[in-house]
Amino acid sequence: MSESLVKIENIRAYYKLKNREVKAVDNVSFEIMENEIIGVVGESGCGKSTLSNVLLNNIIKPLTIVGGRVLFKSNGEYVEISSLTREEVRERFWGKEMSLIPQSAMNALMPTIKLSKYVEHLAQSHGIPKNELLKKARKRFEDVDLDPQWLNRYPFELSGGMRQRAVIAIATLLNPQLLIADEPTSALDVVNQKVFLKILLEMKRQGIVKSIIFVTHDIATIRQIADRMLVMYAGKIMEISPVDKIVEKPLNPYTEGLLNSVLTPEPEIKKRGITTIPGTPPNLIEPPSGCRFHPRCPKAMSVCKEKEPKLVEIEPQRKVACFLYSEERA
Amino acid sequence: MSRLVVKNLSKVFSIGFLARRNVEAVKNISFEVKEKEIISLVGESGSGKSTTAKMLLRLIHPTSGKIVFEGKDIWNDIKTNQELKEFRRSLHAVFQDPFASFNPFYPVERTMWQAFRLMDKEYSKNEALELIKDSLVKVGLDPKDILGKYPHQISGGQKQRIMIARCWLLKPKFIIADEPTSMIDASSRGGIIKLLLKLREEQGTSIMFITHDLGLAYYVSDRILVMKEGRIVEDGNPDDVVLNPQHEYTKILVGSIPKLYRKLEDI
Repeated sequence: MSESLVKIENIRAYYKLKNREVKAVDNVSFEIMENEIIGVVGESGCGKSTLSNVLLNNIIKPLTIVGGRVLFKSNGEYVEISSLTREEVRERFWGKEMSLIPQSAMNALMPTIKLSKYVEHLAQSHGIPKNELLKKARKRFEDVDLDPQWLNRYPFELSGGMRQRAVIAIATLLNPQLLIADEPTSALDVVNQKVFLKILLEMKRQGIVKSIIFVTHDIATIRQIADRMLVMYAGKIMEISPVDKIVEKPLNPYTEGLLNSVLTPEPEIKKRGITTIPGTPPNLIEPPSGCRFHPRCPKAMSVCKEKEPKLVEIEPQRKVACFLYSEERA
Repeated sequence: MSRLVVKNLSKVFSIGFLARRNVEAVKNISFEVKEKEIISLVGESGSGKSTTAKMLLRLIHPTSGKIVFEGKDIWNDIKTNQELKEFRRSLHAVFQDPFASFNPFYPVERTMWQAFRLMDKEYSKNEALELIKDSLVKVGLDPKDILGKYPHQISGGQKQRIMIARCWLLKPKFIIADEPTSMIDASSRGGIIKLLLKLREEQGTSIMFITHDLGLAYYVSDRILVMKEGRIVEDGNPDDVVLNPQHEYTKILVGSIPKLYRKLEDI
């Protein structure tokens, strides 16, 4: 059994506005193990992207950490990164220990700044000789199937798929332990998506990165690469389990609803049909009482409105927050 | 009987100001669509699928080839305004972006009132309102929630449902649905698809989906046409196209799509 790389404990991260709070991540706890790919799914606005900002300690107002802590294993001991300032974490951790591939990464590059500049900047901020890192970048570009000469070009000269590969090559130059990928494939066509997933898996196989947290709304992609799946709804974790088990038998009715709305070209999908989850995700300023999914849940009981279900382990490795599986039902 | 016959259709765009360049967006495609049939035109961006849709809707002129709808060549046999009106009523579109289909300055039911302009029969205001309400109920919307609302007050899924309600009013014979579900949440996508299937069941409507989503095409269609660089490279029933693709491009496409129940072998 490997050890955990990151421990997230009762984290609450709110967007504090003038006289309101948006409870984007509310009392969330889980661990990211070493050598694991964990997939985070949920609808738009469920707190997935906020969660990746919390992991990076990229906390910029109005986002505020209201409670809980994040521990990151660095050189064999756990550092409480949530108690450091954003600048301290940026200096010590970003790029070296953890790295982000942002949503629409292909548009995150400034079109008029040469790719080599990004590498030089990285070298400068970590006190590494520029030439050494550039040499490494050329090698890494080859690994992701990009001609190293592209380093001397401008991002606008590259296609979307190539830019995405350039981003992952540069983001992993310092071999970070944790790679956070936030919707990295949603802007790519399916052929480039697969190329990208292959690169990601290859980087993990070669040990360039240790663990990956992959945030997306596309369950089928998670199914292809992740070991465990974490399902978020309205700022809460609804279920966290090995991917195979979730696909085989989802426990939380929300997970079941998500799975049943997946439309992939497979005979099983045609046979089972697709269903919809009625209603829309709640407003996180005043989330529903009890279980936040209860107004949309087909299996809601009276207790769901009153009490909040805890995330409990009901089978080895399977945790779910739902009264259908808890003793407190009555 | 074939409702739509497309024969040797091509479209060449000339682009550039000084140095003119020709781009062949659609290259000599032919297919037929029967009554009550659902077909999907699948391809990536730039494959020519939207250009084909625009030609079928009589929005852009083909460079060569014929489009025959219900026995009439849509570019040569439609001459009077009356004939054009009838064509617009029988061949209808549901577009990708429900946000762009509504004018933000008017209540949403305006798009429904406008549909009456395409009808031959004159309705009194009250009769028309009743028809609008009926069609909203048909698509699972409560008229109370919709009438009088402005576009920003309703969700994308509701907007797309209103566009389908318009189809219930006009009862077109053929619907071209251009990426109808790509901009709405996955959790409400199934509802939109079911509505279109219900329309086909009850009215015998033929539907053509224009999409890049092979999962959607596989689920809804009687036939799938795969387009690549302006050509139709594969044409067959969904099970053959998806489970046993023949063309190299379809093989790559099917092999790249992440699946839920099986793992891709080569990643």
